[in-house]
Amino acid sequence: MTPVRAPALTEISAALSFVFILLIPFATAGLALINAGLGRFKNAAHSMLSALCVIATAALVYFAIGAAWQGSAGQPAFALHAAGRDWNWIGAGRFFLRGVELGGWSSLATLFGLMSTGLAAIIPLGGGADRWRLGASCASTVLLAGWTFPLFAHWAWGGGWLEQLGFLDSGGAGVIQVVGGLTALCITWILGPRRGKFSTQGMPSALPGHNAVLVLLGCFLAWLGWLGLDAAGAILFTGVEASRAVPIVVNTTLAAASAALCVAGITRARFGKTDASLCTNGWVAGLVAVSAGCAVVRPAAAVIIGLVAGALMVYSVEWLELRLGVDDPGGSVSVHAVSGLWGLLAAGLLAATAPVSWLAQLVGIATLFGCILPLTYGLNWLLNKLSPQRVAVEGERQGLDLYELGAGAYPDFMTHNEDFWQR
Amino acid sequence: MKLTGFLLLAGGWIIVLAAIALLPSGASQVSFVLAALAVQALGLSLVFRAHLTPSWERK
Repeated sequence: MTPVRAPALTEISAALSFVFILLIPFATAGLALINAGLGRFKNAAHSMLSALCVIATAALVYFAIGAAWQGSAGQPAFALHAAGRDWNWIGAGRFFLRGVELGGWSSLATLFGLMSTGLAAIIPLGGGADRWRLGASCASTVLLAGWTFPLFAHWAWGGGWLEQLGFLDSGGAGVIQVVGGLTALCITWILGPRRGKFSTQGMPSALPGHNAVLVLLGCFLAWLGWLGLDAAGAILFTGVEASRAVPIVVNTTLAAASAALCVAGITRARFGKTDASLCTNGWVAGLVAVSAGCAVVRPAAAVIIGLVAGALMVYSVEWLELRLGVDDPGGSVSVHAVSGLWGLLAAGLLAATAPVSWLAQLVGIATLFGCILPLTYGLNWLLNKLSPQRVAVEGERQGLDLYELGAGAYPDFMTHNEDFWQR
Repeated sequence: MKLTGFLLLAGGWIIVLAAIALLPSGASQVSFVLAALAVQALGLSLVFRAHLTPSWERK
């Protein structure tokens, strides 16, 4: 396989991508607000603090080991020689960012990785909402930021074997979203559903989020963050010129808009009313799905990607809950994993401005299912054996704010009868 | 069932790697990759199934 070289950046492209990277924390903040709003009121402060602690853990672990293993195209890496080819499988950089020239534009990929790790790490919080201990979520983040994320990021962005095959994921639909979404799935499996979520017959009951305004505000922030994420990723990993940032921003916005309106239409037609939380998740699903191919699809294709992502999100939320018994309060699995997988496939099918191998995209999808999912589950399963990740029954009943933090997010709220609790 | 599911997921990935390493580009390679994805779909359904019963018992 041909070694991948890092795209040569002009001064203006580098400066612009630096500015775009600075927008990525808005996406992280948006997802944190969405997760908090979709959870119970008695866990709101815990949810936001978990987000902050998880981002902090991800940044430190990525600095310590993740960046070395992720590496970047053209940098030293370990390669296996098999079947007459070199399979570049992991970066050979030095730990603690030694050897990275932070004073120049060459370190932009490392900065992008640092910001992206926090975004990927926050996704599982939506799946484990209302029952995941703070310490356990940080410990799980160590595994994500130190191993699973850098490993796949190296394969897709750092000149690894997938990139050598022609795999395209400029905005991180696979590296950030699917890795985070599959981690969320593993966490929901390991933690089990919230108490009272399923009846003895397995029928789910509705546990609505506590603050739709937070969720919708998160949606707007996520949009801003995603514009930066997609544009910076495309410039850094696909090598598009700075002027191509305009179509990338247009594609990202069109996909989000079409996904949200598609969900609004579907929920209106099926339930008689437009569902605010599903529409928000639809908006984010559109952003997620277009991330992979934002630099290579035309605006009409971005609309199609968004429409399919919205429809897939609605039906997968229902399927996961009703048929598969998955309790995912933030919709992380549907929004990030399912939409991200669709986005990866769509980049291969709908690319117009540059050739993309749909076979390479399928290989990337198979790698996420065959390597990242078992690895993530195994590591988190071991972690759960060492120290249970789920909060005690009393903590779940009392609320994580009081149980783990000692104070609630809304001290003036009256606590009413817990009608969701199964008696 | 859970372990079998994860083994099928990993097995499907190994088939994909073998296909791109050993087979020439073309229909046979595509067929093997699609077959491997089918194996993974089976594995994923087993893993989901394995997690169904315990979740409802954990009331």
